[in-house]
Amino acid sequence: MSAPTKAKAAPLAELKGDLAILKERFGEAVQPAEYEGVVIANEVLVEAARFIRDELGYRYLSSLTAVDYLQEGYFEVVYHAYRLEGGGPLVFKARTPRDVATIPSMVSVWPGADFQEREAWDLMGIRFAGHPNLKRILLWEGFHGHPLRKDWREPYFEEEHKPFSSRWPSGHHIRAEDRAFWHDNVQYPLDWDPDQVEDTADELLYIGMGQFARADTGEPVEPKSLRTERLVVNMGPQHPSTHGVFRMVITLDGETIVRLEPVMGYLHRNHEKIGERNMYLQNMPYTDRLDYICSMSNNLGYALAVEKLLGIRPPERAEYLRVIMAEFTRIVNHLWAIGFLLNDLGAFFTPALYAIEERELILDLFEEASGSRMMCNYMRFGGVAHDVSDDWIARAKELVYNRLPRAIEELDRYLTHNELIKARCQGVGVLPPDLAVAYSTAGPVLRASGIPYDVRRAEPYSIYDRFDFDVAVRYNGDVYDRYLIRIDEMWQSLRILRQALDQIPKGEIQAGKKQYMIRVPPGQAYGRVENPKGELGFYVVSDGSPNPYRYHIRAPSFINLTALNEMCKGHKVADVVVILGSIDIVLGEVDR
Amino acid sequence: MDELRDLNTMPVPLELRDNVLVTTIDRFVSYIYNWGRKRSVWPMMFGLACCAIEMICAAASRFDIARFGSELMRPSPRQADLMIVSGTVTKKMVPQIVRLYNQMPEPKYVISMGACATGGGPFKEGYNVVSGIDKFIPVDVYVPGCPPRPEALLHGLLKLYEKIERQSVRTVPWYQRGESEAVPVPILGPDLIDPRRLPEIRARLAALRAKAAEAPSEGAS
Amino acid sequence: MVYGLGILKGLGVTLKHFLYSYIEDVRYLFQGGRYHPRHLLERQGPRARGVFTVQYPKEKLPLPENFRYIPFLVYDTQEEKIKCTACGICAKVCPPQCIWIVRGTDPNTGRPKPEPEAFYIDATICMSCGFCAEFCPFDAIKMDHEYELSSYERYESLLFDLPRLLKPDTYHAQIHPSDWAREQAEKEAEKAKKGEKAAVRS
Repeated sequence: MSAPTKAKAAPLAELKGDLAILKERFGEAVQPAEYEGVVIANEVLVEAARFIRDELGYRYLSSLTAVDYLQEGYFEVVYHAYRLEGGGPLVFKARTPRDVATIPSMVSVWPGADFQEREAWDLMGIRFAGHPNLKRILLWEGFHGHPLRKDWREPYFEEEHKPFSSRWPSGHHIRAEDRAFWHDNVQYPLDWDPDQVEDTADELLYIGMGQFARADTGEPVEPKSLRTERLVVNMGPQHPSTHGVFRMVITLDGETIVRLEPVMGYLHRNHEKIGERNMYLQNMPYTDRLDYICSMSNNLGYALAVEKLLGIRPPERAEYLRVIMAEFTRIVNHLWAIGFLLNDLGAFFTPALYAIEERELILDLFEEASGSRMMCNYMRFGGVAHDVSDDWIARAKELVYNRLPRAIEELDRYLTHNELIKARCQGVGVLPPDLAVAYSTAGPVLRASGIPYDVRRAEPYSIYDRFDFDVAVRYNGDVYDRYLIRIDEMWQSLRILRQALDQIPKGEIQAGKKQYMIRVPPGQAYGRVENPKGELGFYVVSDGSPNPYRYHIRAPSFINLTALNEMCKGHKVADVVVILGSIDIVLGEVDR
Repeated sequence: MDELRDLNTMPVPLELRDNVLVTTIDRFVSYIYNWGRKRSVWPMMFGLACCAIEMICAAASRFDIARFGSELMRPSPRQADLMIVSGTVTKKMVPQIVRLYNQMPEPKYVISMGACATGGGPFKEGYNVVSGIDKFIPVDVYVPGCPPRPEALLHGLLKLYEKIERQSVRTVPWYQRGESEAVPVPILGPDLIDPRRLPEIRARLAALRAKAAEAPSEGAS
Repeated sequence: MVYGLGILKGLGVTLKHFLYSYIEDVRYLFQGGRYHPRHLLERQGPRARGVFTVQYPKEKLPLPENFRYIPFLVYDTQEEKIKCTACGICAKVCPPQCIWIVRGTDPNTGRPKPEPEAFYIDATICMSCGFCAEFCPFDAIKMDHEYELSSYERYESLLFDLPRLLKPDTYHAQIHPSDWAREQAEKEAEKAKKGEKAAVRS
């Protein structure tokens, strides 16, 4: 395995524009990094971040992730910050030797870094000095090791990279269980004493949680002085309204929420570790399973990130097909989200049934085009997998021109002015615009708080710059606005779909020859798309081999949850369900 | 449905062949008993991952699981007869699933829906994924597919009907003497620990340690 | 605003959906009834109204040709051989690596021959992505439409071996008509080319 800088000296980024200003301000502490961005010395990192946020105007921290450069012996934390007015990212990085593995926390500058830093600690083992609550987030407290480190091996480890040589030419079937030392997907450290088995994961989780903190200031107080009017309630992981295996530990004062801590990882499926073993193309079907309601747009995000590295663009027809699929996906997702928001409100299943009926019709189209209802696996690098027939286009038009407007209109008619919905949603779970930005929320959550930020407009990808559409925005930032914005967005998606379906040209759907093993030139790319749930980003580091060196997913649902505590504080426990429903999370993406 | 009814032939144990009357009564009672039971299998409202979406679709208007008497998704395990393990079972989640299973009253059935719940699926190689829920709780019907279509789930349900039809009142475990044993709940230690496997883990760990202790001396010599 | 109007509207929508089922019933009355097979596509298409249910298992939704579930291997009934040449591309491209292939060897020479000796697909791992069928250069592996695969046991019945995987090309032609037509056309073109070459040589 060769790391990017070892193989050939990687080109250093040119310091232009804002990067040059940054360099000027901080001098030696800012150095150009390989491929893109700058490396900022740890001593001035927080100060520089403040400068980037306040002086340079990059107020939105989109992504924070870590890369393990095993051969060079350091960890690199990569930050992507954006301006809300639109435009490209400001990429800055921080480095720490592998044996030190400590980097200043960014939570004081961008509270939205909270969960992302916890994830980096959990999976990569980087300590963030100054982080208020640096606990494991996806795995449980007490798990042995940090899985995304390049020298950590999972129990079923077979080979460093796929394809595994045991499959062909003499691929005698063997189950992974029979191959693994423990005959199962487990491994234990040598110094562990199996006689002292205690289930402490939950106890460790509760440490530092609400029950020992003051409500007004959040300062920890001695358990002795605790007047226990407080109650800690666990919602989930098995709860009918958590939209999956999501858990919330809620500290209640009477029935009022004092503090809410999301606990996740119950569906942590190791996308990133598997993704680094996979070849580039093999990750495509795995992206389907991230946000499993919107597989098409996940595909698009990943395809865009890798195409950025490859420097190719798909042919016209494929671009149109991608947009059509992505916008249909948005409608599917929002129908689903609204249906289940109503479910959470107590309108059990009837609105969801109507929404699912429309969804099924769109899924029929997906199935005909791609072969599967949900796991479409439709995009390829430089194109799409299958062409669609004229009959397909006709049916899509029928839906877009006749059926869906009626369905959305109907949804709008019987829900928007319903008194019960208004009573339950208006003024509940308010997220002010400055907090929405600070917490790096994305998608409908951000736009319902009055920030008209949409990646399709801010940094247009694919062919979105050709279409006439409005960025939906609402200003109250409550559950009701988050519901309205989904209705608005469906109308806008229909607008885009009408244009795309009318304009779609004939022609090729794949640029170049279809290959299963592509070699991607060394580099780093961050591809992002406006997914129905928010900004989905893929950070891909290539070292020139057929497998990505680092494959990170910036999941919108995951980061939107950072703001959940803020939205729920002060509300009643029954509102939590509605607020969570209005964020619209999918656990496959939250936990990855 | 008719062909399913034809399959309703209960095997008669050899020792009971002489006792025709008992057998006939047993068959008759079991037939009524199973007929009533199989048409009202209430699943638990419990979704794990992608397959849960297809499970919801199976419950929605197009596939309408209500036609099979299973539309009442019970959020409480106490009221459920069937656990549909719909999606990837992670190590972090498996203690909860086992606990839920233990809380379900007999008779209880488990459908493992999708490749992940059946055998780990595409995520099998992952470090946080259990290679099949059947390592912890008994599974009655496996539905492969990633994700299975709603029809495939319904087919799995029909398979479960067949299984229920074959059960006899005399032999079903929940009418036997004594209490049925609960499945020990796995523990989250440095990795997932199955309490049933602790002796084995202990032995293997000891062997590993001995090997590790030997290794440095080998290097020295 | 009159309080309760929104709720009434909501109930009205439910009532509308409820009534549509009966209106549609009347419409289908003299056309063989709602559940006549010829109405299936209309009932499930963009113009569907009223009851939306597919009466599975009595009636089944038609599957599109692209539909993919678990792969199968094509057996060429004309030449009476397995189409697969054990080239291993499907095993390489498979994302969860659920395909195992043992390449056959010629008993006389001991050299590998283009035929699989054993072929396994683990259905408990397969993610139905369809890459194997997409990248197979010999059109030897295709995605099956059979989804009724539930079983009581997984270790044997869900590990598909060569005999279980093989299906005749007539079945392939039946479920993938346009794909089959493309294959036949390519075959014809190949033959014509060969014939031309032979003609030129002679």
